[in-house]
Amino acid sequence: MQFIKPGININFIDKRKIAFAVSAALLVVTMLSLLIHQGPRYGIDFAGGTLIQVKFSKSVPIADIKAGLKAVGLQNASVQSFGEAATHDYLIRTDKLETAVDGFSKSLIQALTEATTADPDIRRIEMVGPQVGKDLQEKALFAMFYALLFITIYISGRFELKWILSGVMAGALMAAVYFLSLFHVSIAMLIAAALIVTLVLFWFLELKYAMGAIVALIHDVSITVGIFSLLNLEFTLPIIAALLTIIGYSLNDTIIVFDRIRENLKKYHRDALPVIINRSINETLSRTLLTSLTTLVVLLALFILGGGIIHDFSFAMIIGVLIGTYSSIYVASPILLAWQGRARKR
Amino acid sequence: MKHISWRLIVIVAVIAAAVVYVLPTLNSSLWPHKSINLGLDLQGGMHLVLQVDTQKAVESTLARISHEMRAQARKARIKYQKIDLAGANAIAVEISGQENIDQFEAMLDDDFRELRIADRQATDGRLNLTLDLPQTETERIRKMAAAQALETIRNRIDQFGVSEPDIRRQGQERILIQLPGIEDTERAKQLIGKTAQLEFKLVDEAHDLDTALKGDVPAGSEILYQIKEDPQTRRVQRTPFLIKKRGMLTGAYLTEARVEIDSQYNDPYVSIKFDKKGARIFERITADNVKKRLAIVLDDTVYSAPVIQEKISGGEARITGSFTAEEARDLAIVLRAGALPAPVNILEERTVGPSLGNDSIRKGLMSMLVGGLLVVVFMVIYYRGAGLVADVALILNILLIAGGLAAFQATLTLPGIAGIILTIGMAVDANVLIFERIREELGLGKTPHAAVDAGYNRATLTILDANVTTLIAALVLFQFGTGPVKGFAVTLSLGVLSSLFTALILTRAIFDFFLINRKVKTISI
Repeated sequence: MQFIKPGININFIDKRKIAFAVSAALLVVTMLSLLIHQGPRYGIDFAGGTLIQVKFSKSVPIADIKAGLKAVGLQNASVQSFGEAATHDYLIRTDKLETAVDGFSKSLIQALTEATTADPDIRRIEMVGPQVGKDLQEKALFAMFYALLFITIYISGRFELKWILSGVMAGALMAAVYFLSLFHVSIAMLIAAALIVTLVLFWFLELKYAMGAIVALIHDVSITVGIFSLLNLEFTLPIIAALLTIIGYSLNDTIIVFDRIRENLKKYHRDALPVIINRSINETLSRTLLTSLTTLVVLLALFILGGGIIHDFSFAMIIGVLIGTYSSIYVASPILLAWQGRARKR
Repeated sequence: MKHISWRLIVIVAVIAAAVVYVLPTLNSSLWPHKSINLGLDLQGGMHLVLQVDTQKAVESTLARISHEMRAQARKARIKYQKIDLAGANAIAVEISGQENIDQFEAMLDDDFRELRIADRQATDGRLNLTLDLPQTETERIRKMAAAQALETIRNRIDQFGVSEPDIRRQGQERILIQLPGIEDTERAKQLIGKTAQLEFKLVDEAHDLDTALKGDVPAGSEILYQIKEDPQTRRVQRTPFLIKKRGMLTGAYLTEARVEIDSQYNDPYVSIKFDKKGARIFERITADNVKKRLAIVLDDTVYSAPVIQEKISGGEARITGSFTAEEARDLAIVLRAGALPAPVNILEERTVGPSLGNDSIRKGLMSMLVGGLLVVVFMVIYYRGAGLVADVALILNILLIAGGLAAFQATLTLPGIAGIILTIGMAVDANVLIFERIREELGLGKTPHAAVDAGYNRATLTILDANVTTLIAALVLFQFGTGPVKGFAVTLSLGVLSSLFTALILTRAIFDFFLINRKVKTISI
């Protein structure tokens, strides 16, 4: 069986302007959504607060739960039903750090029983203090940054044999970021600045493959973040794990195309670069789509059957795989052509 | 063929090792007794991060020193206007009269060498001193306090009886506690978080309690409460006491604390026993204060305040209160394990009930099964015979990850299961790459044997490159992650490694077996 016939030749490169426009539009939507929502919606892992999952013996109105919460001093808690409706699970979120108080769960159970006349069972409590939340936020940003940086060293080294150049550059960036972070600069700003510096350096040092890969990665992660923001979903630790996995996955795709480009550059050195890139994308197209398909199949199984806790994680991964597949065809490879225009103008 | 035989040995060894490590999870009596650890999110339990308020330890050290200083000054008949804490980190001293000043400074040099003179002002026979602890000393106190708190908490949890607790320092002042399978989290939290500062103090009977309650608290005394809960009505009753601030004796001298049952009312109480020195102090206090009330105060709450009937020698006492059996038992544990050198605050708490953990395991395994089956069926339909080879690799992958988890004693979490599921999707990737390459080579008219050779040779480097980057992301994730996320990083890394092994070594060996040993002339791909 074959979905993609051998010898297929779709002209991806010619449509790259359209693809760039689509990507740009998605990125603008991401920015707007983040601006309107005033940044990502942080879950309690990052914002601090308390999350309580309660299972009731029967279905209860949310208003009743809220009344019960009011009795224990949680007026501003938000309540929503969680997972499948048949299990009567509810999530309570509050920015208070009540659980540290002695006897909290006892009084909560009592208040909820009185207010709802159903039997509540506290299945999960997560309380994160503001300091821990802030620490985790910074750690998450650093993790993303270092993952990107290490990966670019690897790509520059493997594809352009510029191990030392990229290593020195990455080392300098890491040192600068570390040094500046000692002065209590906002970590988000710092890392955004470091990424921009990285891109500019790649551009001037003509680290084409690394540039293509990192632009694709930033593109994928940003758009996933944007879609999460649009749907008003929460950022939690597992979502950061999903984003890092997306980085790994999307790169996987990109590298396979790059590998083929490098091979074809040797094989058909007379052909023009756009032709070679297009041929490489077509030759690997079957594999790109197949792998995305099998990955999507298991992710869908996880999304549908995995239960509430893993729901958002698998959703983030699904978006990431879709966008990662798109970007390795339409974003990463066409960027290799960016230097062509510059060379011609000289 | 020699080439095949060493590969065969490696494959058999790896599979055998994986099987040996997986079996104990299914039947725990088997060697090597290392079953796969389930994370707190799967088996239920509690994860706590505590902050030790080490500043308080510094403060209480200073308070103790100023207390000693006053006592010594009184003993040496040095008249002073003030020896008191000034803010959190210093002691302020005010003395007038040259003779007093000279004596005091001599005493300071002899007995309080650890103090630093931060500020000294002498004006016409009046000396004002600000004393504090040098930086190295406060650092030492803070470190000691954190280390001691860790030790005390470990002690308490050991005595409480939790299987496989994980208690460790995190950074300078934080303590990470993981208690798997614990059900009464409320009780565990109280047990861990209690400072358990036991003090014996005299009740101030010279002053009137009512005037003190109106705000006129006499110097040297304070109002503390006794809190009693009626077990029937659950009404909480707070009784105020006027207690002298000066502690007569602390829990530091305890050697024993155990629960006993009152024969008359059948109420549990905690009986305590002092060491020799403590017993002597206790005897002196009781002898000096017959017919006065001695309050037993724990963490600034009065437990009881009995009247001393006669001198008590032997160093035994009992702490009564309206305890339940559990409360009495927990109190005995914290008293035995000793007081925390400084209070602790809960910074982070994650509790998962056992029912939710079971749900998560069931759902995780279910999605793994469904997702895995779909991929297996798809591979056979798309690649036929070769698809079957890939499926063998896939199933072996799961076995290898499970074996790896057990061998490295890693923890399986819910995101970890997600990582395995993801690996199922991505593990076929390496095979897809190879198969597509083989199809291309076959399309160029090569023989099956040559096509397989070329396919593997060309695809190997690509597969390595692609997987190394995923591995980089997974390792960064491992560095950054806590608990569940770390579990995800572990399974993802194991998945990448095992899929490299199955794709590059195992499936290759299977193809070679059919093409070379069995001399199969066509290839089903």
